[in-house]
Amino acid sequence: MIEVDNVYFSYPNGVEVLKGVSLKINDGEFVAIMGQNGAGKTTLVKHFNGLLKPTRGRVLVDGVDTRHTTVAALARKVGFVFQNPDHQLFSETVEDEISFALRNFGFDEKVIRERVNWALNLLDLTQYRKVSPFMLSGGEKKRVALASVLAWDPKFLVLDEPTIGQDSYQKEKLKQFILHLNHQGKTVIIVTHDIEFVAECEPRVILMANGRIIADENARDVLTDPELISAASLVLPEVTQLFMRLNDLGFPRKVISVYEAKRLILERLRQVMC
Amino acid sequence: MAIIEARNLTYTYPLSEKPAFKNVNLSIEKGEFVLLTGPSGCGKTTLCRCFNGLIPHFYGGKLEGEIIVAGLRTVDHPIHELAQHVGLVFQNPENQLFALNVEKDVAFGLENLGYPRDEIRRRVDWALKVTGIYDLRSKPPFELSGGQQQRVAIASVLAMQPEIIVLDEPTSFLDPLTARNILEVIYQLNRSLGITVVLVEHRLDLVARYANRIIVMNNGEIIADGEPRRVFLDENVKLVGIGVPKVVKLYLLLKEEGFDLGRVPLSPEEAYEAIAEVLAHDRG
Repeated sequence: MIEVDNVYFSYPNGVEVLKGVSLKINDGEFVAIMGQNGAGKTTLVKHFNGLLKPTRGRVLVDGVDTRHTTVAALARKVGFVFQNPDHQLFSETVEDEISFALRNFGFDEKVIRERVNWALNLLDLTQYRKVSPFMLSGGEKKRVALASVLAWDPKFLVLDEPTIGQDSYQKEKLKQFILHLNHQGKTVIIVTHDIEFVAECEPRVILMANGRIIADENARDVLTDPELISAASLVLPEVTQLFMRLNDLGFPRKVISVYEAKRLILERLRQVMC
Repeated sequence: MAIIEARNLTYTYPLSEKPAFKNVNLSIEKGEFVLLTGPSGCGKTTLCRCFNGLIPHFYGGKLEGEIIVAGLRTVDHPIHELAQHVGLVFQNPENQLFALNVEKDVAFGLENLGYPRDEIRRRVDWALKVTGIYDLRSKPPFELSGGQQQRVAIASVLAMQPEIIVLDEPTSFLDPLTARNILEVIYQLNRSLGITVVLVEHRLDLVARYANRIIVMNNGEIIADGEPRRVFLDENVKLVGIGVPKVVKLYLLLKEEGFDLGRVPLSPEEAYEAIAEVLAHDRG
């Protein structure tokens, strides 16, 4: 469990980015943290693996106060994939990149080989095994960064903007394996602006604005609340925008899924045609 | 005459055996708003690098065929000359920013071209305002968030008011409201000044409504090119699986069930009108 207890955080330049944030993430949850640029989302999740320590308040990861342990110790438990893959990649080949942390954690060579193969395969990267990560496209680099973290199987997985630069096929795969990992019991925390992705996954949604949490509810309730959504500098999902208007014609407002939209419209069409 | 014209264009990066794209034929007229999309690694970023001469002048490699931009054969003209006609906003803003403060970064291109001081002042202020970063003008770009940096990169190109703006996933780090505002600004520039826009994007829900044309690439080839409503129905495009906007998806799902909404909707407003019309019609 990750517990954030009334956390305040200021960067050395004095800007206060978190202003009293409290939340609990239980084991096995799937949480999306959303909000405008500069709302404090990335700053918040950097507290989960101890990269940042609270100026006031505390963060406990499985009961351990992040101020009293090291990033190295926390990293084994909390895998973090950065927004910009260029901040994370450094090895000569994709294979080396993925093996690096495994070697550091002291896995034996046979396990390393298996884990690397598994991660390459999972993220469609096998063909790039011997290629320099810096030769890859933006979307592919992002997948290498993700593979290198998934390889050591951390208990908590934090993904900062995982869908950026991903085409729809890769996004669909990403969705499938996030849901799969979560189903197997892994705790997944994503920071994202991608409201359509969130509408498809339906996780618990935490909305942030100006260093505070302004909503913490299920996806359907948060994503269909126009005031909350605009306070977080987001745009309602397309399907929700449509149903806000279709409400004139007696349709419900709180619709986020395109399949539910199809069902509701078909029902109505079949009624009027009979 | 076309403002961008490519004939049998094939390009291979240095040390690479396989071309990044091959036999691209493309003609973009002045004033078009073109959306360039396709799976990651399909060659769209590489193609954009040809528009301002980064390929071949900076990247080297082997460029075959011909490409003419704003009347200039790019192989015969240096990047700094092409830059006066074509502004390129990179995918990763960090690759583009270098000055000690935002204002200087935005002014750099204009200063280099020797514009008068007042003109530079006016254009820089305008670009900072339309991208919503006027308040950040004295900050160092490297202290800004990814989304803010992206806006600085866009402002630097807007300030130049080039004939052609090429944007490679320009809003990927931005929150959706900011992204929409910036796309609106780009769309207005396209409408009012006739600036030609080539936009690379995966998130078609945000941009489909602005484009008059969508080009889809896959494995280094153009596989579809045309008006958005037509491209969204193209069988080749379905196979590649580009992410059509959710309202287009809804249209397709209803069509599978035998209900045709008539026209492919490109926005929730258009979908509303189509559905309301079908319901009213069936009632009558």
